[in-house]
Parts: sequence; structure tokens; C-alpha cells
Amino acid sequence: MARKDRMSGNEAVSYAIRQINPDVMPAFPITPSTEIPQMVSTYIANGQMDTEFIPVESEHSSMSATIGAEAAGARSLTATSSAGLALMWEELLLAASNRMPCALALVNRTLSGPLNINCDHSDGMGARDTGWIQIYAENNQEAYDNFIQAYPIAEDPRVHLPIMICQDGFITSHAVENIELLEDKEVKEFVGEYHPEEFLLNPGKPIAVGPYAVSNYVMEARRNQLEALERSKEVILEVADKFRQLSGRGFGLFEEYKTEDADYIMVIIGSAAGTAKEAVDQLREKGKKVGVLKLRVFRPFPAEEIANAIRHAKAVAIMDRTESYNTHGGPLGSEIEAGLYRAKATVMAVNYIYGLGGRDFTVDHAASVFAELESAVENETEVKQYQYIGLRE
Amino acid sequence: MSKDLEIRWHGRGGQGAKTAALLLADVAFSTGAHVQGFPEYGPERMGAPITAYNRISRKPIRVHSNIYDPDLVMVVDETLLESVNVTAGLKPDGAIVINTPKSVEEVRPLLQGYEGNVYTIDARKISVDALGKYFPNSPMLAAAVAVSGVMDQKDFIEQMRGSYKHKFAKKPEVIDGNMRALTLTLDAIAPALSGKKPLCAE
Repeated sequence: MARKDRMSGNEAVSYAIRQINPDVMPAFPITPSTEIPQMVSTYIANGQMDTEFIPVESEHSSMSATIGAEAAGARSLTATSSAGLALMWEELLLAASNRMPCALALVNRTLSGPLNINCDHSDGMGARDTGWIQIYAENNQEAYDNFIQAYPIAEDPRVHLPIMICQDGFITSHAVENIELLEDKEVKEFVGEYHPEEFLLNPGKPIAVGPYAVSNYVMEARRNQLEALERSKEVILEVADKFRQLSGRGFGLFEEYKTEDADYIMVIIGSAAGTAKEAVDQLREKGKKVGVLKLRVFRPFPAEEIANAIRHAKAVAIMDRTESYNTHGGPLGSEIEAGLYRAKATVMAVNYIYGLGGRDFTVDHAASVFAELESAVENETEVKQYQYIGLRE
Repeated sequence: MSKDLEIRWHGRGGQGAKTAALLLADVAFSTGAHVQGFPEYGPERMGAPITAYNRISRKPIRVHSNIYDPDLVMVVDETLLESVNVTAGLKPDGAIVINTPKSVEEVRPLLQGYEGNVYTIDARKISVDALGKYFPNSPMLAAAVAVSGVMDQKDFIEQMRGSYKHKFAKKPEVIDGNMRALTLTLDAIAPALSGKKPLCAE
């Protein structure tokens, strides 16, 4: 039986972690994810879970210890934000290439500088090519739901890759909202026990983790890793289906909100998707055919699926909550545009950068984006294909 | 309640404006409403101006932006009136509540020409009388409930006893004082509200 409650995004993820009761959690605090290790260690101190919590001296160490524990055969996780994720960079690649199905609760916050504690996706997007699965949430409910699906995806023998469950710093992590929680027993059954096929603390079947590979092996190892990430797509969909049967909630790779007959579609990630959906409903009342595609899974990137979901539109807005410094678009913009090209789709696409360092994104902003697309198409005018929202010039 | 309600809180870091917003979300949830309570942080230090927000609705809440046209503004620290335009976007048929010993007539000139409902509440005096210390968030929370009409005042008092028991599990000695601060506030603001329609009423 689902239980209705209200809690912040950080509370929701901590609650999910308690219900999963993983084996090991090394962590180092950083705003705005600090509450997660804080709440989990409170659960442990109160005897509500028996995870081994390791306070470490840095995020480099928290990810190293997570990998070490996972390699030993323990279900492991950590949590971080911003500079903490950046400090894990080397280990993120090790976790993925050593095929460690550990989890990371990422509470998205911008990277310095200027120094700022608020939300954008520069941390998660900066780690987009480390080989991790990345799933993003619109609200506290999705952060909770996604976390419960994390291990069944990561630990599937077809996948065996680490998974990052992301939510927007402060905007959802510190916002108290309504939520529906599953019973502990339901979560435990859904996630199951972890029985790794191969692990270090297995004297009967010794293995090496992270050895040197000569040039003759590296390409094959990398290719194996890529194929696992490709296979994760079907596993993510299977797990989402199973979760929907249990909870009645959830989406696969993305949510399509009124996109089917839409002339203008906004593609967006995270908490701003809800704001965009509100704009869609207001514009629909005025007869505008608009919709939102909210991307849930960024890695593996569903390029073909997105292209097919938006190619019928007259124009699409691709919304990036980070700058990529490639000088021709944000990460989402560049990847979707490449995907459209390969799918031989010719839909007009405009890439907008918004919400950096916590800059607010409002219903009016979303409506003005739709208005700009419509005006460009109706009047056959040129639009700057890569631009910023709400920027003071 | 029937109408959706949007509230903006102005305070200074450490005064409990964020806590008041989260407690309001908490207590409004008990009525079956959809709620949102969230802070907006500037520099992380005691005394810096902070803003917190509430959305309370009968429908699920999807918008994740700040609130620019609030129905109600709660000013926890009156010194902010000099530096922050607290009535920015405040609806003409909305209301503003200011924590101050001054009268409405004395503070209205500081409100950038706002002509809607203005209420003052001396949260310092109430808090010191009830608790022996200055914690403005309980009086301000009660004032927000009274002015908005987001829930029945009796239900509010009942729910808050439970919330405080949970919140102050480690210092139960402050529960009675905080409960007293709530009822003193409801009594203090009642005359100003008599004959007025609560903000949530259709």
C-alpha cells in the first residue's frame, strides 16, 4: 500500500536508501547533497538500517571507497554535488570501466566559478562521458522512484555499470512536496538481494580488478563497456515497466507531454520540465499546439528515440541547463541535433541555455520560447540557433 | 480552502523564515492539500536576507520557479523594509504581514504605495511572553494561517502540537511555549481580521 507523505527531495532519496539498506556508504558532505549522508547516518544511528557508513576525507576517497566496497562484493553508494563530483572524476571512469554497479545520488549544483551553490547541470553533464548511466528527476517523487530502480538496472548481468540518480539542487532537494512512498517490504522485494557473479572477497574464485592492460586489449575492453551501456537501455525500460506495475508511476527513457500533435516541442531535463508543462497547458487553452519532451535517461543517450518523437514538429526548443564550452551549443542541444541529422530529420531546432547557477526559469520563460519558435516558423524569420534565456546583455 | 495560495517569506538567515515555510507546508499537507515549501538562498551566512516560498493547492503542483505574484507576503524582519521591495508583485487583493511593534499606519508608508491589506504582529513580544526567547517563526506561522485561511484554526493548533512534538523531540520543554505563541498570535490578529474574507476563500 502506498503511503502519502510530504518531504524534500533529499529526504526522499534518503528514505529510499533506508528502504534499500545497501551494504556500504562512504560519503563526504557538500551542499546541497549534505543532507543525504546526514539523514542516512541518522537512520543508521537509530538502528533503522545497518549500512556500513564510512566518513571519508574527500570525494576522491568516497568514490574510491565505494568502488573498493563494490569490488569486494558489497552493494555500495555515495552522494555528492558539484565540486565533489569533479573531484571524483578519475574514480568515476574507474567505476564504469571496472564494471562496478554502484550508485551515486547526485544533487545537481553548478561548478565554480564564480563560486555558487545553486542548481544547474554542469556537474552531471561534465561527467556525461564517464560511462555511467545517468537518470534525471523532475521532482522529489521521481528522485525517490528513480533511486529505487537504480540497483535493478545497474546490477543486471547485461549491464553491470554504475548509475547516477540526479535531482536539481535546492529546487527539488530542499523543497518539501507531496510524495507517495512504497512500503519497505515492497522496495526490498523490488530491489532484491545482491549476489554478484564475481567479486574480490571470494577465495574460491579469485579475480583481479583494475589491472594494467596492454594496447592489444584496451580497445576490446572499451567496446565491451560500450555494449553494456547500449544494453542498459532495454534493462532501464524493463525495470521502469516493473516499477509502473508496482507503483502506477513512471516513464521509460523520457516523458512525452502533449507532444503527439504538437507543432512546437520543448525538450528539457529536470525540475524545469514541470514549469514547462504548466506553460504548455496555458498555451493549449489558447489553442496553441505545444508539448514537452522531458528527458529522463541522458546516458545511454536515446538519440534515435528522441529524433522520432520530435521530428514531426515544425520547430523544437532544446533546453540546456549548462554551458558546454564547445562554442556551438549545450550538451543536450549538440547531441539531439546530431541525432536528428542521423535520423535524416530536418526539423528546425533552437538550443537555449537557461538557469545557470540557480537563475530562475519561469512559466513565462517557457511561454516566450514557444512564442519565439512559432513566430520564426509563421513569419519565416531566422532565429539565433544557440542562445541564452534571461541574460542581461 | 478553495483557491490556490502562493506565499513569499522575507527574513534573514537564522531567523526561521525557511522553517516557518516548511512548517506551513507540513501543516497544510494535513488538510489533504498539495503543498510546496522551499527556500531561496543567497550567500550562506547568518543575517543575510533570505526568501522562502509556499504553494498550496487542491491540484498537484508542477511549477518549480520562485513566486513573483504572491497572494501573501510574510516579513519576518522589519529592517528588510528598508532594503528589499517586499511588496513587489504582491496582488492588490492579497495581504502583507509584518513582524513589528508598530501600527499599520506607521509601516504603510514603507510599502512602496501598496494599497492592499496590511497587518502587523509583534512577534518579538509574543515570542518573549510565550517562550522567554525571541523566535519569530511560530508567531509568523500562526499569522500566515490566520490571514490566509488555509485551514481551520482549531485543526491548525491540533496539528501543530503533533509537529512540535516531532520537531522538538529532543527539547520537549519548548513545546508548550511555542503552542502558547501560536494561540497568542491568533488572538492578537483576530480583531484586525474581523469581517475580512480569508485569502483562500472563493
